Amino acid sequence: MADAVTVRLTVNGVEREGRCEPRKLLVDFLREDLGLTGTHVGCEHGICGACTILIDGEAARSCIMLAVQADGAELLTIEGLMRDGKLHPLQEAFREHHGLQCGFCTPGMLMTALDLLRTNPSPTEAEIREGISAVLCRCTGYHGIVRAVEAAARKMR
Amino acid sequence: MSPTGWIGKPVKRVEDARLLTGRGTYIDDHPPVANLHHAAIVRSPHAHARIAGYDLTAALAVDGVVGAVTGEDVLRHTKPFSVGVTAPVHYYCAATDKARFVGEPVAVLVAKTRYIAEDAAELVRVRYEPLPAVVDPERALEPDAPVLHDAVGTNLAGHRRLVYGDPDRAFGEADVVLKERFRFPKYGSTPIETYGVIAAWDSLEGVCTVWSNFMGPFIMHPLTARVLGLPENKLRFIVPPDIGGSFGIKTSIYPYIALIALAARRTGVPVKWIEDRREHLLASSSGTDRVAYRELAAKKDGTILGMRFRWLDNVGGYIRSPEPGCSFRPTGNFVGPYRFRNLEVDASVVMTNKSLTGPNRGYACGHLYFESEGMIDRLADKLGLDPAEVRRRNLIPADAFPYRTPTGGLYDSGDYQAAFEKALELAKYSELRREQARARAAGRYFGIGLALAVDPSVSNMGYVATALDPQFRAKPEYLPKSGAVDSATVKIDPLGRVTAILGTTPQGQGHQTIVSQIVADELGLTPEEITVVDEMDTFTRVWSISSGTYSSRFGSVGTSAVALAARKLKAKLVEYGAHLLGVPKEQLEFRDGAVRPTTGKGPSYSIKDLAGRAHWNTESLPEGMEPGLQATAVFGFTVSKAVDAEDRVNSSNTYGFIAEVMAVEVDPETAAITILRYVTVHDAGTIINPMIAEGQIYGGALHGLGGALYEELVYAEDGQLLTGTFMDYLVPTASEAPTIDIAHVVSPSPLTPLGSKGLGESSSMTVPAVIANAVSDALGPLGIRITELPMTPTRLYELIQKART
Repeated sequence: MADAVTVRLTVNGVEREGRCEPRKLLVDFLREDLGLTGTHVGCEHGICGACTILIDGEAARSCIMLAVQADGAELLTIEGLMRDGKLHPLQEAFREHHGLQCGFCTPGMLMTALDLLRTNPSPTEAEIREGISAVLCRCTGYHGIVRAVEAAARKMR
Repeated sequence: MSPTGWIGKPVKRVEDARLLTGRGTYIDDHPPVANLHHAAIVRSPHAHARIAGYDLTAALAVDGVVGAVTGEDVLRHTKPFSVGVTAPVHYYCAATDKARFVGEPVAVLVAKTRYIAEDAAELVRVRYEPLPAVVDPERALEPDAPVLHDAVGTNLAGHRRLVYGDPDRAFGEADVVLKERFRFPKYGSTPIETYGVIAAWDSLEGVCTVWSNFMGPFIMHPLTARVLGLPENKLRFIVPPDIGGSFGIKTSIYPYIALIALAARRTGVPVKWIEDRREHLLASSSGTDRVAYRELAAKKDGTILGMRFRWLDNVGGYIRSPEPGCSFRPTGNFVGPYRFRNLEVDASVVMTNKSLTGPNRGYACGHLYFESEGMIDRLADKLGLDPAEVRRRNLIPADAFPYRTPTGGLYDSGDYQAAFEKALELAKYSELRREQARARAAGRYFGIGLALAVDPSVSNMGYVATALDPQFRAKPEYLPKSGAVDSATVKIDPLGRVTAILGTTPQGQGHQTIVSQIVADELGLTPEEITVVDEMDTFTRVWSISSGTYSSRFGSVGTSAVALAARKLKAKLVEYGAHLLGVPKEQLEFRDGAVRPTTGKGPSYSIKDLAGRAHWNTESLPEGMEPGLQATAVFGFTVSKAVDAEDRVNSSNTYGFIAEVMAVEVDPETAAITILRYVTVHDAGTIINPMIAEGQIYGGALHGLGGALYEELVYAEDGQLLTGTFMDYLVPTASEAPTIDIAHVVSPSPLTPLGSKGLGESSSMTVPAVIANAVSDALGPLGIRITELPMTPTRLYELIQKART
């Protein structure tokens, strides 16, 4: 076991610091050391997308990255999506269009959709499907999710 | 007063606020107990090997490791699990004498962190003596095949031949007899949240507490207590409020509960284990792969006279309960929606060196309808009839309900014709056929598939005994089994606020929302005014062996318990109001949230008013009335009976119906299948929340599509899993998900207070059939008929190439 190192980063606008082994996965650091359990672990090999967060504004898998690699970075996790006590338009739209059932992929799905709408504010249905194909959902058949992202895109434009 | 009529509305979900903001409580989220330690499981790299010994010296020397458990401890301190057959299969929570599939647990390391536990697990040396493996169920029954269980002496875990009516006569009198061999793949629904278990063993109190994302059935609780040598009331199962999907798969977590509980007992610390994805694909659970030989007897006009099913279900290294449900779960609905009365079923349950199986969405019904509906299309083809017409000629008529099937099922309600015609109409079936003619003329491969299914909900626990010989069941010491019950409590606090408490284990089905709708309707409130608690805890909830959230049961049995509890409470409020007003209770009724005179004139008492009086002044209660304002109802189906001497059993309690039409085009060069149209019509009785119901259908359909086109746990001949990651085990993404036209027909169940039935498994059981029929129809000009799933591009391409040359 290697000695612990200090990791300093900004999460959801707040400067955070923790000590962990250099080999610690970023998602484990978020969940165990920072208490941010909203980001979920689904496969630990970068396919299911449940652990997706934004790192310096871009969607990334926190399960195939080490915490030390995020040192100095600015992170946005599901816990930071609400603003001023109000749901983000994407969160609202997921509720409105039944874009979630068990909710386990939902944090990764929301962060992925956020990234999609940042780069493509007016996606077609096919583009939405392609965009969110980075996250696996086993409950919804994706129907409600696609409708929700369409609705949120309209609202956010 | 708030209007009633919440049932039937697409009420937005109560659950969503927490789940959308990262505040859900899943098993991995919060340590429920102090001093938590972490487990890593050492697993067999061999499909079949004798275990000669263990060396844990290096592993136990790792700083931070507190202890370990091996097969020797398992053998010494636990008993094997009961299995659903009489064959002497000794199934322990980890390998003891031999490992029988790749990934079978052989040891557990417990350490301060998961990272350290994983380090230590790598240092464990297990001395294996590899043995030849067998993975194919037909090969496994050959005389020279390697035998997995010496005590059994064969790989056949169980075999039943069930005869209903007179199939020999039916086949003798038939104008047409058709035969086909089918293969159904091994796949699992792979919930995105994997298994998780936390166990704390208090040796002073003699109590073991287990937190896990177990979904029931809770029959597994007494089985596990027996394995651990604990009285049932000293083993506590707690299920967290949120479970990240299950689809049947988390039924089969219970051996891990025993293993982690043993680790906690042996190490003296609370132990947590979260399965990783590799472990999940290697060794959690899946449906069976099956080889089926089907025969169908019919008259020239398309009337089906009888069928013969011969099945080999592959349950992997051990037959784990509730298997052999893979063969018998649909006993009551073996005939599907059709009238024929003659059936022979020859079911073999085979053990091979693959991972273990269990319930998976559509449990056994995906297999059943893939074969049956495929046979109906073959009949249509043989007779030169339209496949829709052949189905029409065989459907159970609408005036025949309740309908007793030859296998003992009691179809409670339905109008199969109406639902089927609705599906054909929505799909514009005749127009599709014309389009197909044009496409074919242009050299394109355009096909239309149909599939009909009876959708069974709420398993009668008694069906599992179909696996046993009637002579065995006739012995005086044999205890018959039956039942499907659920309970709910509704209570009113001193200020008139209403809480409903359930013992269910929802995995995304929105029980809190649905219960709030039901209670709101019953008590004249709004859903937001109701608090719903559904965290199962075997120490505090009222439960029975059939409790849990599986076999599409909540929409039928859980909702019934809630409605009855609310009605019981209303009756008490009326009685109390009558006492306060000094009038006979017959002159009062509960309406719009208050006890009121039936005449509409005179004083009334609101819930709040009555709650205040009842809680604060028990003297105001009538003589003999139990204090407090709460009611618990336990709802059980009286149509759940034990399997009879002729092997007939009403294997479920409510039976819905599904009618589907799908149009596809197949590109012969790439073997790509494009879904052009997909219509599904469901009859699940009263729909409580159409938004949630539609969500279940969408999800179920994509599970079916995954199994039909992409997903398979593929094994090499030596028993190595070849699809051990999500890069090889292909789960459909949003780009593969079809658009679906959904419609409902409503035939309320006469057996439930709300008329509702379950529909959680829904189209998972029909999509393999409908898409196989559509692709077969598309490739008909090439003489191709699909007999094997999944229809991967490689498999389909090879069929097309072979047909063309």
